[in-house]
Amino acid sequence: MNATVYLDYNASAPMWPEAAEAAAEAMRAGANASSIHAPGRAARARVEQARQSVARLVGADPAGIVFTGGGTEANNQAIRCCGAARVLVSAIEHESALSADERAVRLPVTADGVIDLEALDRALAAAPRPALVAVMLANNETGVVQPVAGAVAAARRHGARVHCDAVQAAGKIPVDAAALGADSYAVSAHKLGGPQGVGALVLRDPDGAAPLIHGGGQERGRRAGTENVAGIAGFGRAAEIAAQRLDEFARLSALRDRMEAEIRALDPGAWMPGAAAPRLPNTSMAVMPGCESAAQVIAMDLDGIAVSAGSACSSGRVRPPYVLAAMGVDEDAAMCALRVSLGWRTTAGEVDRFVAAWARLRDRTARRVA
Amino acid sequence: MIAPDIDKPPAETLVAVAMSGGVDSAVTAALVAEAGYRAVGVTLQLYDDGSASARKGACCAGQDIYDARRAADAIGIPHYVLDYRSRFRESVIEPFADSYVAGETPVPCVTCNRTVKFRDLMGLARDFGADALATGHYVRRVAGPDGPELHRAVDADRDQSYFLFATTRDQLAYLRFPLGGMRKEAVRREAARLALPVAAKPDSQDICFVPGGGYARVVERLRPGAAEPGDIVDLQGRRLGGHDGIVHFTVGQRRGLAIGGTGEPLYVVRTEPATRRVVVGPRDALAGSEIRIGGLNWLAGAAPPSGPVAVQAKIRSMRPPAAATLRAGAGGSASVALDSPERGIAPGQACVLYDGERVLGGGWIRRAPDGPAALRP
Repeated sequence: MNATVYLDYNASAPMWPEAAEAAAEAMRAGANASSIHAPGRAARARVEQARQSVARLVGADPAGIVFTGGGTEANNQAIRCCGAARVLVSAIEHESALSADERAVRLPVTADGVIDLEALDRALAAAPRPALVAVMLANNETGVVQPVAGAVAAARRHGARVHCDAVQAAGKIPVDAAALGADSYAVSAHKLGGPQGVGALVLRDPDGAAPLIHGGGQERGRRAGTENVAGIAGFGRAAEIAAQRLDEFARLSALRDRMEAEIRALDPGAWMPGAAAPRLPNTSMAVMPGCESAAQVIAMDLDGIAVSAGSACSSGRVRPPYVLAAMGVDEDAAMCALRVSLGWRTTAGEVDRFVAAWARLRDRTARRVA
Repeated sequence: MIAPDIDKPPAETLVAVAMSGGVDSAVTAALVAEAGYRAVGVTLQLYDDGSASARKGACCAGQDIYDARRAADAIGIPHYVLDYRSRFRESVIEPFADSYVAGETPVPCVTCNRTVKFRDLMGLARDFGADALATGHYVRRVAGPDGPELHRAVDADRDQSYFLFATTRDQLAYLRFPLGGMRKEAVRREAARLALPVAAKPDSQDICFVPGGGYARVVERLRPGAAEPGDIVDLQGRRLGGHDGIVHFTVGQRRGLAIGGTGEPLYVVRTEPATRRVVVGPRDALAGSEIRIGGLNWLAGAAPPSGPVAVQAKIRSMRPPAAATLRAGAGGSASVALDSPERGIAPGQACVLYDGERVLGGGWIRRAPDGPAALRP
């Protein structure tokens, strides 16, 4: 059996060895970053260095970086702690943004999976002020890049604030927080080759969010709890490497496009929802008509290929992607979608193995239906 | 041998195992793996993990998914959980409610086996490349001259052939039932020998989505109008009392009839959904010997013989088969004439036909032609 082909980077990217080393080093060193003694100051230095690195990755002011327990927490804090009278979220947001405010208004997306800016404008006109708009920078399932700058412009016309979930985008495409103009961003370490359980809320105004977690005054009173120094150190190192190697993701786009072309050649009925819109270079959502997602994921897994049927859910069960439903993809097709996400370690040979497995599965399904 | 008729070595044969989280399906998976096959466990989430999930003795809620995963981990096989909630609702729960509203007594386990398990899960298993699907049902698949036959389990107390009569010949060819030749005690011993974490788990009892047997509440929730009050009448149509919805009554039921003073115990003889009447009568009024069935599934050959066939018919899951004569009609209909009358022939139940140990086929009991059938649309 060959080694597993891992094509599920959007679920979690393998750690850069340097990031793992940075985290391990911090873990070995120990100490509380709030302590005044020398070991404490050393821990503090690791945290502050990481803050600089994460800020550089997303083009933000280090003072606005609040380390959190991950992207989910950052989305929750941004949405729940901003004092908005009404929250508007795109229908394709990650569940952590969708469920952060149960009264939130859902904004439609186009058939290409892009937020409908005209609908956003109308919803903002009808919303009580101040409103908050939550729009992701890139979708986790289709990879479609969202017009965040356009959403910010619409929000400004109506005096609304914008939170942008940049969890999937950061480390895969250049992110310039200042240029995009949103009020806050969420970033997650493990999506860009850092450790799990750490992320950041990036604030344009460093005092622009109240704490979600109360306690000590860590993170300048914006996030209580002893800093996860090891996680943060690993995050910082991963952010540095990701920033240096962003151009490798451009290489992945050629690999991804070749993979999609080969799939379409194998089955003219196969298609990729969202492919007409600008996408992340590494992500492909592919529909294999007549073969449900669960069968595809299981068959691939038994073949040593790790892919997914959409965003992972806590129970690990396979379920249809709600993002495709929001795009108006009919349920039969949505039930047959597979998400393939490449990353820094992915080789052309691995993509070949995936395409070969896809072809075998397609043949078997076609024979069964015939 | 679990799959002697598959023409490749066990190590190259992929066997999907439906794992409910209970001891039977865990032993099934362990035996398949131990025999050298590539076993893959699959567990279906059939309904929401609500308050019922922690309850012992019902299958496939949250705790059961966890148990199935732990069992698969202990055996060392891949395991997958599939969200089949909407399929289960559509294929099993909704028809279950409709059946009760129509005055029938449904058997949802048959419907579940026929649809969710042997249509949907089996289709999935074929798609992901499995060569066979094994389940923990107590029933035997026996090689016969015309292909595999379905036989009663060796353990008569556990036999589940009644719930599997609707299995098609094509499905049966793909299925394996490794526990059919074992007694329950032996299965428990195997679970202990294999050190499965579910070895001491209680057996499931109820209909899985009906906690504590309170099926009427489930029906009322799904079909709010169905619980309207009506009359309880005797065989002559005289009003004896009232009731709060026909869904609370099934044929043969004695409890819950809020009427008294008639001396002789009374039983539900039938329910009439159109008039919302519950007809009661003495025990003898329950007896009948002519059964009309629909949706006939025939396993002993391509089609049932056109002439009369001597069979044994089982009209309820807990009733032994009784001698009868089958006459197959057109479009899956048939009549079954029992040699001696049986009590409590209930529309909606399965009538399963045997030749000794072998399951010949079966169908769904329909309303008697001289009964209130005319009231049904």
